[in-house]
Amino acid sequence: MSAIVTCKPVVSRISASRVGIYAILLGTAAVFLLPLFVMVVTSLKSLSEIQNGNMLALPTNPSVAAWFSAWGSACIGLTCSGLRSYFLNSVFMVVPAVVIGIGIGSLNGYILSKWRFPGDQWVFGLMLFGCFIPYQVVIIPMAEFLGLLHLAGTTQGLVLVHVVYGIGFNTLFFRNYLKTFPDELVRAAQVDGASFYQIFRRIILPSCGPMIVVTMIFQFTNIWNDFLFGAAFASGRGAPITVALNNLVNSSTGVKEYNVHMAAALIAATPTLIVYVLAGRHFVRGLMSGAVKG
Amino acid sequence: MSFLEVTGLVKRFGQVDVLKDVNVELEEGGFLVLVGPSGCGKTTLLNVIAGLIDADEGELRIAGRRVNELPPSKRDIAMVFQSYALYPNMTVRQNIAFGLEMRGVPKPERDSAVGDAAETLQISHLLDRKPSALSGGQRQRVAMGRALVRNPLVFLFDEPLSNLDAKLRVEMRTEIKRLHHRTGVTMVYVTHDQVEAMTLATKIAVMERGVIQQIGTPADIYERPANLFVAQFMGSPSMNLFDCEVVISNGDKVLQLTGAPSGVRVGVKNSPDADKLQSGDKLLLGIRPEAIVHRQTRAQGGQSITSFEVQVDVVEPTGPDMYVLFRVGGREITARVGAGSRVAEGEVSTFGLDAERAVIFEPRTEKALQLQAVSVIKRSEVA
Repeated sequence: MSAIVTCKPVVSRISASRVGIYAILLGTAAVFLLPLFVMVVTSLKSLSEIQNGNMLALPTNPSVAAWFSAWGSACIGLTCSGLRSYFLNSVFMVVPAVVIGIGIGSLNGYILSKWRFPGDQWVFGLMLFGCFIPYQVVIIPMAEFLGLLHLAGTTQGLVLVHVVYGIGFNTLFFRNYLKTFPDELVRAAQVDGASFYQIFRRIILPSCGPMIVVTMIFQFTNIWNDFLFGAAFASGRGAPITVALNNLVNSSTGVKEYNVHMAAALIAATPTLIVYVLAGRHFVRGLMSGAVKG
Repeated sequence: MSFLEVTGLVKRFGQVDVLKDVNVELEEGGFLVLVGPSGCGKTTLLNVIAGLIDADEGELRIAGRRVNELPPSKRDIAMVFQSYALYPNMTVRQNIAFGLEMRGVPKPERDSAVGDAAETLQISHLLDRKPSALSGGQRQRVAMGRALVRNPLVFLFDEPLSNLDAKLRVEMRTEIKRLHHRTGVTMVYVTHDQVEAMTLATKIAVMERGVIQQIGTPADIYERPANLFVAQFMGSPSMNLFDCEVVISNGDKVLQLTGAPSGVRVGVKNSPDADKLQSGDKLLLGIRPEAIVHRQTRAQGGQSITSFEVQVDVVEPTGPDMYVLFRVGGREITARVGAGSRVAEGEVSTFGLDAERAVIFEPRTEKALQLQAVSVIKRSEVA
């Protein structure tokens, strides 16, 4: 008879506590994922199936017709051309706002962490204070200001709003990050003859990689998902996708096309999801590298 | 006219005077070391010379030209920092070339200058690496290369060896000295390590709390310290201090060591300061550990030396030497004797003071007096 070596199974410790932990984890995961599941499933069903059937049931004939409709032909307000143009509005709002915001934030952070000037503590304090101003407080003054600049209702107006609102956070993030950047590097560059902006462009900015990723994710998510500023300052044709989504749901006359609504919501949510999936690891790493320390 | 002149320099941070009326001169090709404990102002002084900090008062001249108003890049200086300060996102080649690039030097010239510097410092094989892929010693060389390539009038070093381990520190110290011999560039070097100061400098400036305590050659500083601070800061182990009192013996003024076995005394040669001494004056006699000899009655110069017997407290063998510690008059005294000396803890041994090498201090002002000590032979010792 051959000698058989019996190995104990790896998970031999099936204790009660372990079962309990897994049960709780799975249960909580289910609760969190359930709405997403319902949304995806509903978006693939036909209207009759939705009206007659069970919310949780899988679609019998899954079809992406609702997605196409949401994108290209759903009625939002008076126009029936889907979410496409509003999606593009959001893109043209978020990308410049994030890029300009990072530019300003990194420059401010560089100045506040590496250079002394009279009142520098006050300037930083005021910017910090600005982080805590609620959105709502800003609406009326900002509306007047945009009106003065003839930017009311436009995407550019929204870009301005988000850049200004983001100055506080962006400056804070970069300033804290650059505080850990060795001062001697700036001094060495000075001795080498680099000007203020050359130091920024050639030495500071290339070293800011992790922080740029963190700020980009943070700002992208906040600005893309923003509803309040979008609704207040650009509710017409320049509206971002969040506002358009709201209008879409409220515009259905008669029958509520749940499948189209669900598809629209998923379309609106996808970009931030992709950003997190691709760059989320860097976000955590960036935070851990001392980015958001007091 | 000196190559580097600092005159009447004052620097204040708020209410605090960090540099108080500093005056230093350095000849061309010299190696000036600013040495002192932490917080003495040596790095501030270096930064003012570099132009990274502005002086509040006083004048700075390099090669005869006033540079107070010039930014660092226009003063024709180069600086090596304690943390090397290499640009992390650039290769070694780009790091070294950066200063030239900022000055608008065209690429071919830049490349050849970088190549030359790299060869001098033997880092040619590292040119395409990033700083994170280099060891401490290699980074140090790259930092020196970056400074070397600018052909500066003055080379500034800010504690460049502090971040290296002991062995590497000794190697790099010799490298810097060789570099100085080879290039002949005027150098100003900041350190808190007095061994570095002694080995590298042609001129040492000892600083404490913003004031220069003494400027001189290493020999001057070591053998003729101007005050107690300099005497005890330079030299390891520190200079020994004996309390002593002036007594008149046979018409001569001698210093009687307090607490030493009776009769141990040291004479003083005639001099203006010797004339001012009064009987009963309390002074401090400073003698370095190597000037206390064991069991000999003749010093190097052949003169007899003052000797006495004392009980040994601790013996510390270091390999090449032995430190012997004993107490005299309440003070702990360290003698440096040869490794093979027969000294044992707890036993009574005979030691002698080489008085010719002693320095005498006035305890209240802490200044060294212009007195030359001589050995006094005890009656009982006449051979």
